[in-house]
Amino acid sequence: MSSIYSQVIDIIASQAVLDASDVGPESTLEELGIDSLGIVESIFAIEELFDISIPFNANDPDGSEIDFSSVGSIIEAVERLVSGKSG
Amino acid sequence: MRRVAITGQGTINPLGHSVGKTHDAMAQGKCAISGLDIRDVERLTIRIAGQVRDYRPEEHFTRQELNRYDRFTQFALISARQAIAQSGIDPEAYSSRTGVVIGTAGGGLNTWDSSYRDVYQEGKNRVHPLVVPKLMNNAAASCVSMEFQFCGPTFSVSTACASSNHAIGLAFHMIRSGIADVMIAGGSESMLCFGGVKAWESLRVMSSTACRPFSANRSGMVQGEGAAVFVLEEMEHARSRGAEPICEISGFCMTSDAEDLVMPSCKGAARTMRGALRDAGLGTDKIDYINAHGTGTAANDRIECEAIRHVFGQSAADLLVSSTKSMHGHLIGGTGAVELLACTLALTKGIVAPTVGYEEPDENCDLNVVPNQALAMPVHVVMSNAFAFGGLNAVLVLNSV
Repeated sequence: MSSIYSQVIDIIASQAVLDASDVGPESTLEELGIDSLGIVESIFAIEELFDISIPFNANDPDGSEIDFSSVGSIIEAVERLVSGKSG
Repeated sequence: MRRVAITGQGTINPLGHSVGKTHDAMAQGKCAISGLDIRDVERLTIRIAGQVRDYRPEEHFTRQELNRYDRFTQFALISARQAIAQSGIDPEAYSSRTGVVIGTAGGGLNTWDSSYRDVYQEGKNRVHPLVVPKLMNNAAASCVSMEFQFCGPTFSVSTACASSNHAIGLAFHMIRSGIADVMIAGGSESMLCFGGVKAWESLRVMSSTACRPFSANRSGMVQGEGAAVFVLEEMEHARSRGAEPICEISGFCMTSDAEDLVMPSCKGAARTMRGALRDAGLGTDKIDYINAHGTGTAANDRIECEAIRHVFGQSAADLLVSSTKSMHGHLIGGTGAVELLACTLALTKGIVAPTVGYEEPDENCDLNVVPNQALAMPVHVVMSNAFAFGGLNAVLVLNSV
């Protein structure tokens, strides 16, 4: 289990006011009760922690290059952005 | 019941430095949104805005006044001077029965921004002594009251994007209830500084290309700045001194969604439009034009159109609905006042300002949004919508006289 994995899970769990053990890669943000403000706050926390920029506009969530449909897809995107940064 | 007329109007906004120029620009469907020109713009992702251009403050204020007036106060004063001149009221004669209400969301945000720069970024240990009286939200209302010696009820209103409509609505109520005979009311905003734009940018609802309300390819809000101020006057008071009313304010309603900090509510918007119609004593078939809140965000435009459909039912098909934010941007606390100029344009000249930048129909915004070109037609009754962050709604109804 990568550290990115557990750190992203921690951020999303904290936003959803849940225990990290209750959040898995298959969870969707909707299931976790994270609304549009919660998404924006989670993105901010992830950007700050990993020093990356995540393209996201609330007017066109589907148009983002990142798939926000599940926690797993967010983790994949963050891993990609972090490796892009160092590479 | 005491009726309330508008007898003067003034403005400085991205479309023009006067009501005449603003009306012309609205009639021509001119877009005043362009590249943002402020310090540190290169550190922003959002680099467009509706800025007040070719503004030379020294032509309006002395050097001493400029030390005391934040940009939002300057905009309010310039607008109030025009409005009071047009109304022809003698401020001295009505001093104790005249008040001032100016809406603003950010107040002297430029003053905050530059003073914070001084102490945090530049490491200075001293700021200008008048920072506090410059930045306070009531500075604009106070300075208008002082310049014209108005001693009636004077205060500021801060309800984010509905500040102007709340200010004008409250002034309307004060005249109707007999607290005052004349009220100077409007809104002013000047948030286009690094901190002001950065805060909005972080919310991820801003467009980096254009404000395209109701268009399927809309991509968000664009910020603007400026002010508009009106002279509201009890109808008989105006007529007895031979003044020509521009139009009448006949209804107002304010409500709270009590739901969400940022997501608009269809129920709340509908409740407020219904309330304003009831206050004006009018049926849905009487409204010719709605100046929409129309921010150009995915959520607002869809929900506002849905609410209009709910309230107006069959009559929605005959309604004209436009958002002039497409031309001047979202002036936040000043926006409703500048948008009220689109209402006075419709009521006095029979010209309905368009929604410019419109490119693709959206089935969720299936109303006549007056795309790209103004329409000429007689307009008797209009509605102006404002739905603020925090779920606070304020809707005005105006009619021709």
